[in-house]
Formats: sequence, C-alpha cells, structure tokens
Amino acid sequence: MGKVQEKESFIEKASRLKLSKEQLLEMYRTMCLIRQFELMADKLYALGKVHGTMHLSAGQEAVAVGISRATRQDDYLINHHRGHGHFISKKADINMMMAEFLGKEAGYCKGRGGSMHIADFSSHNLGANGIVGGGIPHSLGVGLAIQMQGLDQICISIFGDGASNEGVFHETLNMAALWKLPVLYVCENNKYGMSMDIERVSAKLPIAQRAESYGIPWYYIDGNDLLTVFETTRDSVERIRSGNGPVFIETQTYRYFGHSKSDRNLYRTKEEIENWRSTKDPIMRFGNQMIESGMMTKENAEGFDKEALSIIETAVEFAEASPDPHPSTVMEYVYA
Amino acid sequence: MPEITYLEAIRTALWDEMKRDERVFIIGEDIGRYGGAFGVTHGMLDEFGEKRIIETPISEPSIIGAAIGAALLGMRPIVEIMFMDFTLLTFDQLGNQAAKMHYMFGGKATVPMVVRMPSGSGTGAAAQHSQSLETLLMHMPGLIVVTPSTPYDAKGLLLTAIRDPNPVCFIEHKVLYKSKGEVPEGEYTIPFGVADVKRKGTDLTIVSNGIMIHKSIAVANRLAQEGIEVEVVDPRTMVPLDTKTIIDSVKKTGKLLVVHEACETAGWAGEIMAVVSSSRAFDYLDAPMRRLTGKNVPIPYNRVLERAAVPQEEDIEREIRAILNGEY
Repeated sequence: MGKVQEKESFIEKASRLKLSKEQLLEMYRTMCLIRQFELMADKLYALGKVHGTMHLSAGQEAVAVGISRATRQDDYLINHHRGHGHFISKKADINMMMAEFLGKEAGYCKGRGGSMHIADFSSHNLGANGIVGGGIPHSLGVGLAIQMQGLDQICISIFGDGASNEGVFHETLNMAALWKLPVLYVCENNKYGMSMDIERVSAKLPIAQRAESYGIPWYYIDGNDLLTVFETTRDSVERIRSGNGPVFIETQTYRYFGHSKSDRNLYRTKEEIENWRSTKDPIMRFGNQMIESGMMTKENAEGFDKEALSIIETAVEFAEASPDPHPSTVMEYVYA
Repeated sequence: MPEITYLEAIRTALWDEMKRDERVFIIGEDIGRYGGAFGVTHGMLDEFGEKRIIETPISEPSIIGAAIGAALLGMRPIVEIMFMDFTLLTFDQLGNQAAKMHYMFGGKATVPMVVRMPSGSGTGAAAQHSQSLETLLMHMPGLIVVTPSTPYDAKGLLLTAIRDPNPVCFIEHKVLYKSKGEVPEGEYTIPFGVADVKRKGTDLTIVSNGIMIHKSIAVANRLAQEGIEVEVVDPRTMVPLDTKTIIDSVKKTGKLLVVHEACETAGWAGEIMAVVSSSRAFDYLDAPMRRLTGKNVPIPYNRVLERAAVPQEEDIEREIRAILNGEY
C-alpha cells in the first residue's frame, strides 16, 4: 500500500495539507526545541550531572512533530524508551521533564522514573517504557477502553525497529486488527536496535509489511520529511477515527547519538552518521524548504534556535534548583 | 447461610461486581461459550455479552498488557489466565509493567486489575499445569497476592480485589473448586492483610494457605482426640502479609510449622520464619521452627509420584509430632 508521491513543491504540499505559515513555523520551532533538549541532555551527562542513562532522539524530530501535529492533544500516547521528542511535541512541561531527567522531586514522576519513564497522565501521555515492546500490548486495552467508553480519541502506540521482533508485537497487531481497535501503530525505525542493524535481525523488510499479514493497512515512509509524516498520519488517523481499525506506519529515520550513554558507535561508521546529518537532517530539510519558500529567513531560524536554547536553559536552572526526593519517601507509591 | 462451592463463590463475586460496576469486564482464553477451562465463567457470556466477556487468542502476555492499558483508562479488567503456570509467559507485563507503573510514574498511574490464576497439583496435569508459584509474585513489589482457601474467603477477597486500585494476583487452587462452604448471599468484602485463624489451638501454630489449610485442619482435628490442639493460621493474602496474627499465634503456642505446596527453596516458609525469628515471638519459641513444603521437583504425572511431591496429611501429622516430641 505504498504511496506514490507526485512531484509538488513544498508550498503546494503545505497548502494542500491546509497548513498555515504559523502552523509550519510552530512545527519548526518544536523540532528546534527537541534538538536543543537532546543536545543539553548530552551536555549535562558529559558534565556528570546525570545519575542514570538516557536515550536521545536527535535526528528523529520530524517523526515526533509530524505525528503529534496530525493527531489531537487528547489522543493517548504510549511510547518507547527514546521518548523525549514525543513528549515535547505533545506539549509536555519542559521544566518538569528536565527535573525528571535530573531525578528531582519536581519532575513528572517525582524523580522515581527518570528519562526512560516520563509520563504525564493528565495530558494522556501514558508513559515511556524501558522494556523494548513492553508498551505495545497496552494499546489493546486503551483501544478497548475507548470503545467501551464511547470516546472519540485514538491511541498512538510508538515503538522502535527492535520491538518488531518481540512476540507481543505480533500478538498485539493480531488482536488490534481482530477487534478493529482505534490505534495508530508507529514503528520509528532508526536503523539500529542498540547495535544491531535491522537488516541483520529481520528476515524481510520493511517491517511495516508485517502488518499485511494481519490485514492492517501500512505505510513505509521517509520519517525525516516532516510533511510526509504529517500527511500519512493525518490520513491514517482519519481512517482510524472513523472506526475502521488500526493503521501501521513505519517511519525511516536515524539517531545521531549512540543507543545510550555507554555507546561508542563501534557498529557504524562516522561517515554514515555524517551522511545522515548533512544530507537528511529533518530540521535542516524543513528549514531550507521554509526559507526557500519565503516563509522563514535564516535570521528567523537562528532566532528560533536561540529561543529554544533559552527555554532549555531555564529548565535546567529550574531542575537544578529543585530538591532531590527525601530518602524517607522511598517507599511511597509502591501501592496505590 | 447457603452452602456453595469455591467455584460458585468466585463466579458469584464476578457476576455481582459486573452487575454493580459497568467498568468491570473479563478477558481471557475460552471464557465464553466454553466457560473457562474450569467453568468459572460459565453462563456469563449470555448474561453480559461479548463486549464484557472478551475472548482472546492464545496470547497471554498481550492479554495482561491489554488489561493494563484498560486499567490505565479507568476500567476494571479481570484477566483469567487458564493455568497459573502460564503466567510465566507474562512476567514482563506482570512484573515490569503492572507492578511498577504506579511507582515509576510517581504515583500518577494506577493499574486496578485482577489476574485470576488456578494453581496447584492433584489433577494429574503434570509439570506445566500444576505449579504453585505464589512466591515468584510475592517477590515483585507492587503486586498484591491473594490465596483464598474457602468459598467464603474467595468471594469476599475477590470483591476486594476487583475494587482495589492495585494489580492483584488472585490464585485459586484448582482442587478446591468443588469444595463447599457457607457463603452469605449478600455483598461483603474481606480486607487484604488480615489473616484468619481457621482453627484455634494452644500447642503449635501452623501457617499455611490454599489447599494445605484443609489438610492441616483435618490433621489438627484428628490430633485433638489425643489432646493436641493445633492452631491453623491462614494469611489469606500473602502480600500484604498479616505478620501480627502470625506473631501473636506463635507467642501463644511457642511452636511453628509452615506448610505450603510450593516448592521449598526460597519458598515463602522462609519468609514466615524470618518474620517470627526477628520478632518478640522468638523469645517464646521452645522448639525450632520447621517447614513442610513441596519438594524441589517439577510436579510429576504419575499419581503416586504426584502425591509424593507435595505435603500430604500423614506428612503434616509426622512433622507436628516431631516438633512436639523434640525429634528434629
């Protein structure tokens, strides 16, 4: 069910998608904010200020922003461990995110979760998951609950390429299709499951074609092209919200940083990373399109970067000034 | 009070709670027309329809995962896992997901779900359909572990379980399904963490659960004819554990025997002994604490071997006499 894109200009495409200049600029600024958050996270780690590990999503910003802007704020999100970008684009509070990253009481999870378990139930962000594929089956229950309660939200279940080889991936797709659940499945393929190239661990690619065997419509798209992610998501969501069951989108993207803090990138070449950065970077591509079409200037772009950095720096100040949780509270929240 | 079976008590609790609260639904394998592997949900499909009696493919991890997702949105899912042994397929969802979500999300998520699971040997179902794995579940903070031994406890504890905001593992002993007992028709709940002294006595305390409660009581009643009075304490919920009732009982009797069907190594008998030995009750002990447990062996198929793998009444009687006579 691959899509054949006709040649059309950026402006034509944006106009066809009914995206205003303000909306396009907001999407650009959100990608900048994600990038700056990830760069700062890396910096804080290098400075020895981060107790635990982290999984950075720099390079994958268009997936997060494209999906969130083509869905509703009250749609439910179930996320993987590399989730900062998705939370930011779902309008998470940057101060609370940074505080959680630094393990502080003021963080989203009061310092109990850290980077890998940020959640904000009040905004229907049902949390990131430290177990690869662990959150996928939760989409079944969220979908069932939406059906039972007669709601018009959908569930967005996002996972990486590595998760597609877990058993629950297949179990879940089968049941979601069987019960026509309102779930959008997004496989954010960044090419590597830790160090393993997806081509070394999957018998047949793209991953998305696996959805075919469960009768689920699927797309394999360029995840670094913001408007493509937006359009595919928008079309899929329309189908899902109309009660036609799940849709599967695989977004091909790439992560610049290592898998986590201990990664020395021994499994890929510097040239490969540099090639993605210099020719396929999602922020650069979208920024250039905006500039070429006259909707943004270079100065605007630099200003947005500075603005993003300033928001992130304020968040770091907030987080660093926040207290650690008190040791006497270690047993709180084991049971409700 | 009417007498009904343990199975009927469980079905009654499910039925009443589904009538009372439309957020409650049951999800699992073969729970519709078939009525579940042991018949617990028999008749419920006709009453509640397939939207609330949800039959699934054979996909245990994702069945638990589905329940978690629904619970996060405020539903009250009840999962039937056909045999407790199959929970081993689901340990990511039970142990990494359900058990930890409330904590790792700083108290913002709750997972109000019940996972019912038949346990235990005695039916010739052999190694993969006969285990007693409650100790594994007890070792995961965040889970509540319930082991009802009577129809009365089963109904009262199951109502509490369905209304509780935490993930509850509800372990039903499959040999008890046909056992009968008095159960009030109306609604009543039994709080978690409150043990029940199933038989009063003065000479020795037995702490046990599930089917071993019945074996212990049978032995105690026989020994009473010789003037030996054994107290039988049923914790009813392994997590949370009512340590006070256990400690008080041992203070009174000065002797402790822990009996469980689950196998010995790192079994929960050790936990009970640790609780007692680090409490005031230690000063009252006048014999070593002993345990009588399932052997460290997969449950065998052959009837004679199956019987030999777990404590029987004659084993319990022998252990009691050994403790009372100082033969250890």
